[in-house]
Amino acid sequence: MSINPKAKLVEHILDLRAIEQVPTRKGYGEGLLEAGEKDPRVVALCADLTESTQTHLFAKKFPERFIEMGVAEQNMATVAAGLASYGKIPFITSYAMFSPGRNWEQIRTTICYNNVPVKVIGSHAGISVGPDGATHQAIEDMAITRVIPNMTVINPCDVHEARKATLAALEVGPVYIRLHREKTPVMTTPESPFEIGKAVTVWDSDSNRVDASIVACGPLVYNAILAASELEKEGYKIRVLNSHTVKPLDEEDVLKAAKDSGAIVTVEEHQITGGLGSAVAEYLAKNYPVPMEFVGVENRFGESGAPNELLKAFGMESADIKKAILKVISRKK
Amino acid sequence: MHLHDEKIKFLEETANKIRESIIEMLVEAGSGHTAGPLGMADIFTAFYFHILNHDPKNPLWPDRDRLFLSNGHICPVQYAALAHAGYFTLDELKTLRKFGTRLQGHPHRGALPGVESTSGPLGSGLSQAAGYAYGARMDGKRFRVYCLMSDGEHDAGNIWEGAMFAGKYKLSNLTGLIDRNNIQIDGMTEDIMPLEPLRKKYEAFNWHVIEIDGHNFEEIVNAVEEAKAIYEKPTLVIAHTIPGKGIKEIEFDYKWHGVPPNKEQAAKFLSELRTLGGKITSEHQ
Repeated sequence: MSINPKAKLVEHILDLRAIEQVPTRKGYGEGLLEAGEKDPRVVALCADLTESTQTHLFAKKFPERFIEMGVAEQNMATVAAGLASYGKIPFITSYAMFSPGRNWEQIRTTICYNNVPVKVIGSHAGISVGPDGATHQAIEDMAITRVIPNMTVINPCDVHEARKATLAALEVGPVYIRLHREKTPVMTTPESPFEIGKAVTVWDSDSNRVDASIVACGPLVYNAILAASELEKEGYKIRVLNSHTVKPLDEEDVLKAAKDSGAIVTVEEHQITGGLGSAVAEYLAKNYPVPMEFVGVENRFGESGAPNELLKAFGMESADIKKAILKVISRKK
Repeated sequence: MHLHDEKIKFLEETANKIRESIIEMLVEAGSGHTAGPLGMADIFTAFYFHILNHDPKNPLWPDRDRLFLSNGHICPVQYAALAHAGYFTLDELKTLRKFGTRLQGHPHRGALPGVESTSGPLGSGLSQAAGYAYGARMDGKRFRVYCLMSDGEHDAGNIWEGAMFAGKYKLSNLTGLIDRNNIQIDGMTEDIMPLEPLRKKYEAFNWHVIEIDGHNFEEIVNAVEEAKAIYEKPTLVIAHTIPGKGIKEIEFDYKWHGVPPNKEQAAKFLSELRTLGGKITSEHQ
């Protein structure tokens, strides 16, 4: 087993029956509460989704610092820009499809161009929202936020990382944190390292040889670990980077992975265009081109179904990642 | 706080100088909006030379009143007013829209002293001003927040979301002002997308509404004073203005919304403004 001990992951991580399952949005709710306790400037705004986005924990503890916005995401972004211009640190919360989806221009102009510290929290991202269907499945959100100057983009892998990302967001300017509705494997522990812009090597080769590296973000990091462990049984040496911060990308670790393994597979629950895979490809094309494969949504909309059914249908299970790795290895010269 | 005659004369003369600066800036820039800035010259003069509690030499003074401009395209009038008020030199006005300038084609908060908000994409200023006012009220701050808007941008949904928000939270430290000049790029506002009854709409959103002649300094000042005495809701001032006010050829003509004068026109307009010598007064005065 080649779990990197420095990542301080849970024990029995590969035991699907033993691993705890908790949605990342829960970590946000806890982190926001802590952020509120830590910094009196923190205010929380929500667009009529207080409980499902887990903002209710903060609202209950700090009612005077909670602002109910109604179903008006453009107003939420612009009111937050005003609050932040004044000196508050607003966290604005809705579903990713509506914020940063519907209110993109307001986020770009009044938050990022103004460079004021508004934290945009998009919950229920990805196709794993499930039965709600394509209208509610944000799979473009990292592309549209990553492209805006001054913006930091984070897609935490699990509940603990979501909590840490929420707290760390206090220290930077405009941030987009991408969360998910479904319960997903709790891979990390409260002790696991987290630093914005610093990827975590969660799985590594146990020898000097690395056949391929996976750069993943969000809960799919777990599927990447599963794929690596299965390939290890077949004799392949794989490295898995948890690149929770999609912007700014951890260029140092990505470059090292490209140099050490000569082949990269990116994994994200997002359109292949514009997200983590693009960020990695943009960087490597310029600095150290190696064969790449991309696991994600291929230029189509989502649809209704159970989360697991959808991940399978859209090719984001560990078997799909495994296939992508074998393919990228076969492309190595 | 009534205006005495001498103060009114001073404001009229200042507004005229600001109009001259606007024409000079626009002809130099070769692009930009003409009608809106001229039409709002009296209101900007009233704010920067009488209403606002501010200090041009200390633009970040924490207790200053804040003026948010929502329809950023009329920024030449704000830039001219700021320069005449002493925030920066009059010379710098000539850099409008040029590479390296602090006077961006649409205003950028932080780029230029006195500019409190970034604007350009329409309909987003009121919400930002409301957020600012909300934050200030949380901390018991006494300064006031003003948001100057156009009528045309009331086609946008964001502004009505902001109006609903300010009404719900009774932001009495916020005063909105609409430049009701009835024109927008494609024509008259009531032909493009009817806004009336504008007053009733804001009243229905729980605002206190005052209608004034936007070229009458006493009415402008009195409306803002009245707003300070309304504690239970935000106040909206609908300022009826004449687009292009001060230059006969431009007045009321929507075609002047988004274009600058050429050199010959500018010379003619400047001489017209100089001959008037500050005698641009309201029909009602």
